[in-house]
Amino acid sequence: MALLDVNHLDVRFALRRGDVQALRDVCFSLDKGERLGIVGESGAGKSVAAFSLLNLIAKPGYIANGSHIVFDGEELVGLSDRALRRIRGHRMSMIFQDPMMTLNPVLSIGEQMIECLKAHRRISKREARKVALEKLQLAQIPAPEARLDQYPHELSGGMRQRVIIAIALLLDPDIIIADEPTTALDVTIQAEVMALLLDLCEKQDVGLILITHDLGVVSQVTERMLVMYAGRVIEQGPTREIINNPLHPYTQGLIQALPQMATPGSRLNQIPGSMPSLDKLPSGCAFHPRCPFATLDDGRPRPGCRDQVPPLTGADARQVSCHMVAENKPVQADQSAPAKEAH
Amino acid sequence: MIAFLIKRLFHALLVMFVISLIAFAIQDNLGDPVQQLVGQSVPESERDALRDELGLNDPFITQYLRFAGNALHFDFGYSYVFNQPTTEVILRHLPATLELVAATTVLIILLSVPIGVYSAIKPRAWLSRFFMGVSIIGISIPVFLTAIVLIQLFAIGVSWTPFPTDTGWGQWLNDLVSTNGGMPAYGRGDPVHVLGTWYTNFASIKGLSYLILPAVSLASIMLPLFIRLIRAEMLEVLQSDYIKFARAKGLSPQRIYFLHALKNTMLPVITVGGVQIGTLVAYTILTETVFQWPGVGLMFLNAIERSDIPLIVTYLVIVGLIFTITNTLVDLIYGLVNPTVKLTGKPA
Repeated sequence: MALLDVNHLDVRFALRRGDVQALRDVCFSLDKGERLGIVGESGAGKSVAAFSLLNLIAKPGYIANGSHIVFDGEELVGLSDRALRRIRGHRMSMIFQDPMMTLNPVLSIGEQMIECLKAHRRISKREARKVALEKLQLAQIPAPEARLDQYPHELSGGMRQRVIIAIALLLDPDIIIADEPTTALDVTIQAEVMALLLDLCEKQDVGLILITHDLGVVSQVTERMLVMYAGRVIEQGPTREIINNPLHPYTQGLIQALPQMATPGSRLNQIPGSMPSLDKLPSGCAFHPRCPFATLDDGRPRPGCRDQVPPLTGADARQVSCHMVAENKPVQADQSAPAKEAH
Repeated sequence: MIAFLIKRLFHALLVMFVISLIAFAIQDNLGDPVQQLVGQSVPESERDALRDELGLNDPFITQYLRFAGNALHFDFGYSYVFNQPTTEVILRHLPATLELVAATTVLIILLSVPIGVYSAIKPRAWLSRFFMGVSIIGISIPVFLTAIVLIQLFAIGVSWTPFPTDTGWGQWLNDLVSTNGGMPAYGRGDPVHVLGTWYTNFASIKGLSYLILPAVSLASIMLPLFIRLIRAEMLEVLQSDYIKFARAKGLSPQRIYFLHALKNTMLPVITVGGVQIGTLVAYTILTETVFQWPGVGLMFLNAIERSDIPLIVTYLVIVGLIFTITNTLVDLIYGLVNPTVKLTGKPA
């Protein structure tokens, strides 16, 4: 059995004009020490998925009935806040996007590390300080002893993200959920921090759920990936297979949009249109207004695309939700195909 | 730290210089002091001689320097009315005002923090809505009206009989809406002597009872302001990433609310609070008048009525001094609470 099993995860936001569904029927699992990437545009529901695992979504968001998040044999949906606190930061910890905002500006690094240890373990302040020091060293922070008494504003962005990684590792968690951990950093620092995170997860056998819109990072770091669109998982499978042979037109578009895919000097490829807002989802497949294949060669709409939500089909290891794939006419694996359509 | 103190001290001196200049200009232009000293019957020639003798014909600068030199020795001349040095008159009235301000400040701190925090944590609870509603009323009603209403309700007492008096339940409801009165609302009672001119109301239950109504009415404007300020700041802080991160670390709600959030909430509140303590001293004029509280506020109003110019000037300078001192102290405290402020005088 997998360490983390997410089944039919529905997350809604209770707004005055009615519920808005941010996640629909999201299913995935994570084995011990496995690294999973979740990719998609802004608004696809990546962060909501990450935050809902520990029930940290802000009100008016809530996890709907029928959702299941099973972690190490324990159902987390419906668990009391007190019970969830045992898991938060202890067995599953998080790394946030913006290191400049993640640490409390008025508490020293040491305080923010020690309080986390004390929240989960019966440990003396002196011992906690020792553990904190150890983790700062693991995160390759120079002069760790001095850092403990410093305040966040005295550290650079990259250094702060290392501190946050050290905090995430404090209690030797089973899973780290990293929500765009390098997006807010300088390009030169991004690679360093990502390499550190990957290295630590490998060494400590920690599972990683990496949320990002950077396909390059996902392909380097993760073993499996989910592609999300408008609150649904539309494709999932081993990272290498998806990158080399994307089945869903959206995934193909994402890969085509990478700068390294374009001929130097030419315009970058892009997916026309933008992600629909969650309360005004198009009928049928949410991607159909932007999909080059939703219209047949003779100009007629492809049957199904506009009126039926395509189910996630395929073997457990490799699933895709697209009518075309379901019709058993797999989209061409040749990566130049959708690019031609777009021109 | 030392550099910061020196810099602040320099600022404070500059502020005091401006205040003394304004105060002196008032003294110089507010009517003819000779007119105040002698009656109508004194001939013009004698008046001129007196003016010369008092140095009132000297240039402005010379007169100001004389005033400032005396002021440095806390010598502001004699009060016309009391015929005593003005500093002595003020020193006699100051403890009453400071005690009133202190009691009000304690009241504000003790109430505004818990209420503000509660209504930020549970913004939709009916109790929060109730506090917000009452605070709007508190802000909107002027202090003297609040004071008069408080006197009517709790010092004089009201007996309403909207319900039938011949039934048990009616009488019970009538008692519920009526008040007994009996709270002291005039002066300070008999405060206990501490030292010098300092008599205190804090030493006995009876003394404290004299403080209650004036302190409550003085707090009636500031308290709602602080509740709303703390609530607004806290609501904003609770949205921040570091609070989400604290939750993701598995910390208890108590620690998140009262350490992580409150410490950040209090930073702007301390700044505003420092300024407002000074303003409280100014508001005492109204409260002290209504309650005949024998502090500097009441003394100041009387001094104006009787054109006691030296006393008015002294009051202005001393209140200015209190303002300056509290603001400097608040800056110091802010620097101690907020690690991003280095007390070196340079930005960190």
